[in-house]
Amino acid sequence: MKKILLVLSTAVMVALAAPAFAGAKQDAVMDHYKKLAKGSFSASRGKAFFGATHTGGKPATPSCTSCHTKSPANTGHTRANKPIAPMAFSKSPDRFGELKKVEKWFGRNCRSVLGRECTVQEKGDFLAFMFSQ
Amino acid sequence: MKKTLVMTAMIAAMALTPANTWSKNRGVKDELTKTECGACHMVFQPRFLPAVSWTNIMSDLGNHFGEDATLDEETRIKIEAYLVKKARKKEFKKVIDGKQPIRITEIRWFKREHRREVSKRAMKRAGTMSNCVACHKGAERGQYDDD
Ligand code: HEC
Ligand code: HEC
Repeated sequence: MKKILLVLSTAVMVALAAPAFAGAKQDAVMDHYKKLAKGSFSASRGKAFFGATHTGGKPATPSCTSCHTKSPANTGHTRANKPIAPMAFSKSPDRFGELKKVEKWFGRNCRSVLGRECTVQEKGDFLAFMFSQ
Repeated sequence: MKKTLVMTAMIAAMALTPANTWSKNRGVKDELTKTECGACHMVFQPRFLPAVSWTNIMSDLGNHFGEDATLDEETRIKIEAYLVKKARKKEFKKVIDGKQPIRITEIRWFKREHRREVSKRAMKRAGTMSNCVACHKGAERGQYDDD
């Protein structure tokens, strides 16, 4: 009985603790970008990029904040008004764990907002900002 | 005589069936389509639009109603095939700029159905007419007559 309780409480503790760290899957995604980058990534540069108004993209989406709101901790909305779970990793701990999915959305949203692909630096800074939130 | 009766019955049955048999509409079951086409809005049922509309939508995903919704080619082809297979069988009589509509919200029956009965409050909550689920709770299951 005691043993079961111990196992259970350990499981609960692990479950509670998990979201505080970027998981192994997220590390693998970050490593992919780190390998491609020249320098290191910066959360504060990522923050500036996230909040900036860009030109060259599609008129309805000049900024990341057009859909994600000013704070990544908030629930956002698509242009069709469907809710978007927060980008902040502390709020959505299952985000950024699959490279193919991350690349799909960087592709779409960078073209929509900036009218071009994002650079490795921009992607890494963006992720660093989200993991810090 | 018998023939006339059968004919009359058939015509009556046709008149009673709505032109767009949306009551028969069901939710989308294809997982790939559900994931990819349900990311930004509800998964619209393919029965709302004829095949050519879906082909046109799927060949211009880089420019999807003012947004980039590009898919990798393998996924794109699979989803297009599904949508075309399940599409509305008949094309619309009324074309838009010489083409079949690509918006459900621009189809004539849709406009007629929503012209008067939509309140300002409901519209504000929905944000856009494309947001079917805001007003029709059963929309993703293909149910639009539950309210
Ligand atoms: C990146 C976001 C995104 C993705 C992914 C996406 N859409 Fe859309 N879609 C939109 C937006 C934004 C609109 C316009 C909404 C509005 O005008 O209010 C829209 C509108 C539509 C409409 C017209 C709705 C109307 O007004 O009648 C159709 C049909 C449609 N999408 C089909 C699809 C299909 C099929 C897919 C999957 C291949 C898909 N969408 C994937 C963002 C997306
Ligand atoms: C702002 C609210 C609102 C939005 C958004 C909306 N509808 Fe409706 N819809 C209504 C109302 C109100 C009616 C009329 C009352 C009824 O018949 O349920 C209606 C009627 C319908 C009907 C006829 C139902 C019947 O059996 O008579 C269909 C089909 C339908 N809507 C489909 C859609 C689809 C598809 C979308 C999204 C592309 C949509 N609606 C978006 C409010 C809305």
